[in-house]
Parts: sequence; C-alpha cells; structure tokens
Amino acid sequence: MDMTEFTDPFTRLIEDICTPSAIREIEEGGNPAEMWNAFAESGFLDALVAEESGGAGLSLAEAAPLIGLLGAHAVPLPVGDTMVARALLSASRMDYPDGPLAIATGAGAVPFAATATHILSGTPEAPVLSDARVEKTGVHHDLDAFAPGLDGRALRPIAAVLRALLISGAAGRVLEMTVDYANERAQFGKPIGKQQAVQQQLSILAEQAVAARIAASIGARGGLTPRLADAAIAKHGASLAAGQIAAIAHAVHGAIGISEEYDLQLLTRRLHGWRLADGSESYWARILGAERMTAATSSTADFIRAA
Amino acid sequence: MFENLTLSTLPPEDEALRPALRALIQEAIVDMPVHRRARSWQGFDAAFSRKLGQAGYLGLSLPTRYGGVGRGPFTRFVVVEELLSAGAPVAGHWIADRQSGPLILNYGTEAQRQFYLPRISKGEALFCIGMSEPGSGSDLASVRTRAERQDDGSWRLNGQKIWTTNAMHSDYMIALVRTSGTSADRQQGLSQVIVDLKLPGVTIRPIVDLTGDAGFAEVFFEDVRLDADALIGEEGQGWRQVTAELAFERSGPERIYSSVVLLDAWVRHLQAVGRTDTATHQLLGSLTAQQAVLREMSLAVTARLVAGESPVVEASLMKDLGTGFEQAVPQLIGDDLAAHPDEAIDPELYRTLLYVTHIAPSFSLRGGTREILRGIIARGLGLR
Repeated sequence: MDMTEFTDPFTRLIEDICTPSAIREIEEGGNPAEMWNAFAESGFLDALVAEESGGAGLSLAEAAPLIGLLGAHAVPLPVGDTMVARALLSASRMDYPDGPLAIATGAGAVPFAATATHILSGTPEAPVLSDARVEKTGVHHDLDAFAPGLDGRALRPIAAVLRALLISGAAGRVLEMTVDYANERAQFGKPIGKQQAVQQQLSILAEQAVAARIAASIGARGGLTPRLADAAIAKHGASLAAGQIAAIAHAVHGAIGISEEYDLQLLTRRLHGWRLADGSESYWARILGAERMTAATSSTADFIRAA
Repeated sequence: MFENLTLSTLPPEDEALRPALRALIQEAIVDMPVHRRARSWQGFDAAFSRKLGQAGYLGLSLPTRYGGVGRGPFTRFVVVEELLSAGAPVAGHWIADRQSGPLILNYGTEAQRQFYLPRISKGEALFCIGMSEPGSGSDLASVRTRAERQDDGSWRLNGQKIWTTNAMHSDYMIALVRTSGTSADRQQGLSQVIVDLKLPGVTIRPIVDLTGDAGFAEVFFEDVRLDADALIGEEGQGWRQVTAELAFERSGPERIYSSVVLLDAWVRHLQAVGRTDTATHQLLGSLTAQQAVLREMSLAVTARLVAGESPVVEASLMKDLGTGFEQAVPQLIGDDLAAHPDEAIDPELYRTLLYVTHIAPSFSLRGGTREILRGIIARGLGLR
C-alpha cells in the first residue's frame, strides 16, 4: 500500500493545527477542543478500526508512519492512543465517545491523560473505558497525569509499542533539528558541526534514531496484539535510545536548547516521558529475559528469529 | 533520515537453506571447543571452506555463468547467520566470498571473472585484502605501496602491507596501491591490483596477537612482477572501488554476531545453574533485545544491497552500533559471572569469555575504526 496517500494529508493536518504555539497553549492549560475536533473530523482517529466498522482498516505496521508523525510534531493530544483504543473497543463491539482517550497500563504517569476525557484500561479482549479522573503530576507543562485505581496492565504490550512508535518519530525530528543547528551555529569561526567531537556525537544520535525506529517497527509488525517478545524488543530499544538522543541533542544545542521558547524541549520532554511510560527499558528487558531463560533453544539467533 | 532502512523479510527459499546447512556445520564443529568456535570468522579451516563451496554455499550472489549460485545478498545473509551463530571456521573463504568476488564481478574484465570467480565459489581461491600499511591505517589514502607500469605493460610492485588478515593462508591479495603521483595526491592515483601471493618477491610474516593467534600478517613486496592483467578495474579509480567494496565489508551480520558464541554459552550456563533472579533476567533480556534490533538493522542494510545500492553510510551506521554491542557483551557477561563468585563455571566458558574480552578491541578496528565510521556518518548527515 502506498502510505503517502495517508501520510501526506496527515502531515498537512498536523502542520496546520499543531503549530508550536498551539502546542504551548495546550500545555499551559488551554482548551484542546478545537485541535481535537480537527483530528476527529479528519477521520484519522479510526485509522486502525476495521473497514466493516467504518474505519480505514490499517494494520498497526501501516499506521506506524502516522503515529511517527504525531511524535515528530509533539502533538499534545492522545491521537495515537485514541486510534489504538478505538480499534480495541470497536473489535469488542463497544461504543466509544468522541473525545480523547488515554491508555493506563500501570501506576505511573499516563501519557496525555491530562487532556483525555476517558481512560482505557482492562485487557485487549475486554477493554474498560472510564471517565478521566486524573491527578496532575505537577511537572512543568506536563500533559501526562496519574490515573489511579485502574488496571490496564494487560494493555501494556500494545501501549509500549505505541510509545515506541512515538519515540521513533520524535527521535527522527530531534536528529534533523540537531543536525540543522550544528550546521548553523558558528563558534571558533565555523559551524560547530565541522568539529569532529560534535560530528561523533551526532553520529551516535543518528544511530540511536535508526535503532529506535527499527525497534518500534518490530513491535508494530504484530498488530494490535503484539507478541510479548516483540513488544519488549520494541520498547526496550526505543526507551534505551530515547534517553541518549535527548542528552546528545541538548548537549549539541547548548543553552538555547533548554530554553522554553525553543522547540527542542517540546520533543525531549516527551522523549523522557514516553521512555518511562508503559515500562522502561529495564522493565521490558526483564520480561524478555524471563522468556529467553525458559526458551528451548540456547541459540540467540534462533530465539530472535522466532520472536 | 535513513528512512530507506526498514524491516525486511528473508525470502522463504533462503530460509529453507537452514536445515541442510546446519547439518554440514555440525559435522565441522562437533569436536570444536567453545573457545575455538568463539573465533567466529577468524577461525581457519580450508577443508571446511572447500566443503561449503562444493555444497553450493559460497559465491551465492555471483552469477551461475561464473560458477556462482546466482542468488543474492539475502541468501548470503542466511548462510552467514548460520555460520556465525554456530561459530564455524570460515576465515578461509570469508574475504573472497564477502568482497573480493563481488569486486571482481563489478570491476573485473571478462577474463578475470572467468579465471577467479568459479574458484572463489568452490572455496578454492582464498583472498586477503591489502589496505593498511605501517604508515597508513585509518588514513588509507596515504598508502605508499607502489605498482609501476613497465614498458611491456606489466607492473612492478614494491612496498609493504600490514595487519592483513589471513595473508599467510591466502592465494591472492587485492591490494590498494599507488600507480601514479605521490601520497600527497591522496585519493588520486590509487588503483587495485590482484597479487598472486606465490610470486617471487612476496614475503609474508604472520603477526601473533594477544590471544596467541596469528590471524594477521605483514606482507612485503620486493620488485614483484605482476602481469598486465593484475590491474582490477580502472587505473586511478582505486579509491572509488575500495569505498564501494567497504559497503560489502561493513554491512554483514559479522558486525553483530562476533560475540554470539559467548552469549549462547553464557545462556547455557544460566539455564544450567537455574538462575531466576531479576538482575539476570534484565541483563539477558537487554542483550537479547539489542541483538534482535541489530539483526533487523543488518537485514535492512542487506535489503539495500539487494536493491542494487551501495549503502556506504547505512553500513557504517550499522557497523558502529553493532560492534559497540559486540564489545559490550564480554564486559557485561564477565561482570555477571564474577558477580556470582560462588557459582562454579565451566573452564571452557571462562576461556571463551576471556578470549572474546581480549580480542574485542579488534571489532571496532577491523573494517574501519569507530572514529572513521562516525566521520562517514557525519558526512551522510551533511556535516562535512
């Protein structure tokens, strides 16, 4: 399938409504209704809903570039979460509201929960939708929030894959921004990107961005019910990359990068939040390690090929 | 950026090669101790290389009219993955199969193809690569070994190569040499020549490494007379040819699997002692997950080769990440084992651990250092 049929209009939509100033307004407590309605009217929220139920019937792998775009543009609303939630609800023949849906998979902060009207928990086969009763994290400009009292741990694998896809999108954009900045910012009479020390750091950033994207793709290949090992590989890889990517991007940008008015922070704050959400790299390493330990084969190559 | 690297699936006909190949490999390694298998693609066994050739596992991407198998990089990926995962001794044919064959196919004359390629596919013509010199490591364009054209069209070769993997076991070297100008001319005036290592004037001295192996050698050329057809490709185009060749050299699974024999031996140990603690699961899972991502990256780069591209930057990116992982494996496994001082470990596992620990620095030296690769990536990013 030629995905540009979907990605081109989606990019235009996001660039139109999710400008950095619009993102900041919502982070400062502004009403997200207008931005949300634009997404709702676009039809993209039903991208993963089956065609016979009125959706676009995309597989998660096909929708991965769309979710990547959400990450790349620091979209401040749970658009990807709602895509996944709607697909699960629809598959269970449950109605869903028009508003933003977040997915809670543990006691930690729930991505975008501060802007959601409802929170999904339960299991992929029997999802539970609750009104959003959330507690702010108190972190500056955070759109994530705590959603206590819900059990959505069975949704953790699919949520982890979704988070990995968002990380991979943001990682690609952070790489572009940082390379552009290194080519523009001059010190010692030349762009800092001409300095070998900076080039070496940017190369690592590029490697990690590619690794995050490939890891996320491994998660997405299994659809809405990823195999546990695939979800683990995806979120481990993306989370491992997220921390390093944010650190290098800020190091190269210098002081401007940590200023509120510069857009890098919109992405790096999300990279950190998504790294922690739905299980960090160590959580997923333990899950995969336990599977590996009891696997019949002693060959790593055989194990990962079967994964 | 680098969005051309995406998940790829190996064709079923290539996957289908695994069982028969495994049987052949098992025969060769059944009596090999683990620390020998950990030599990975540095382990030499000419008879095994010939056996692979006879069974049709070499020259996989070479056309059948030159004695090859006429398949492609995906097929080679499967075969290489099986060989490396088992720790089969593949050094004999490794370089010929990986890069000399494709180089001769791409740049050689019809006569050169007819002469070399069928023997490469049978595992009967073993190659080494003459790049580094005593004064020329990462700064490859500074090579001084010189081939001078004689009046009768032949070449006279003088100079020295060093750190040449497997030179003492090889039949031929493809050497990067200067054919015009001086080292001040840098990339200009370089050419590639095929040197028959049995020719008069060639002296090979093995160099013993810190593990006790003599895996590489220094090679001296003193007035070696090369026939006119020793030149491969175009005179003066050596740099461009070498760059394309390095995409083959850097992109394969050998850049992610160098420590896998150790990793698997450690897994067997963990299973045998019955570890169930969180820290063990976490380390095991982390290494497994990283290996899985690297495998998909390597496959993604292979897919670019299948598409006929020369993924120089992508291969560098993958190799840098892959060798970093390969080097982390012995560090982390060593820490894990020694964090359990009251747990008995098989001396064979210990020998394997220390072998890989000691040789691991070479992983990010051979085929281009970390710093050189990152320079190539930086150029790909538009920084230089």
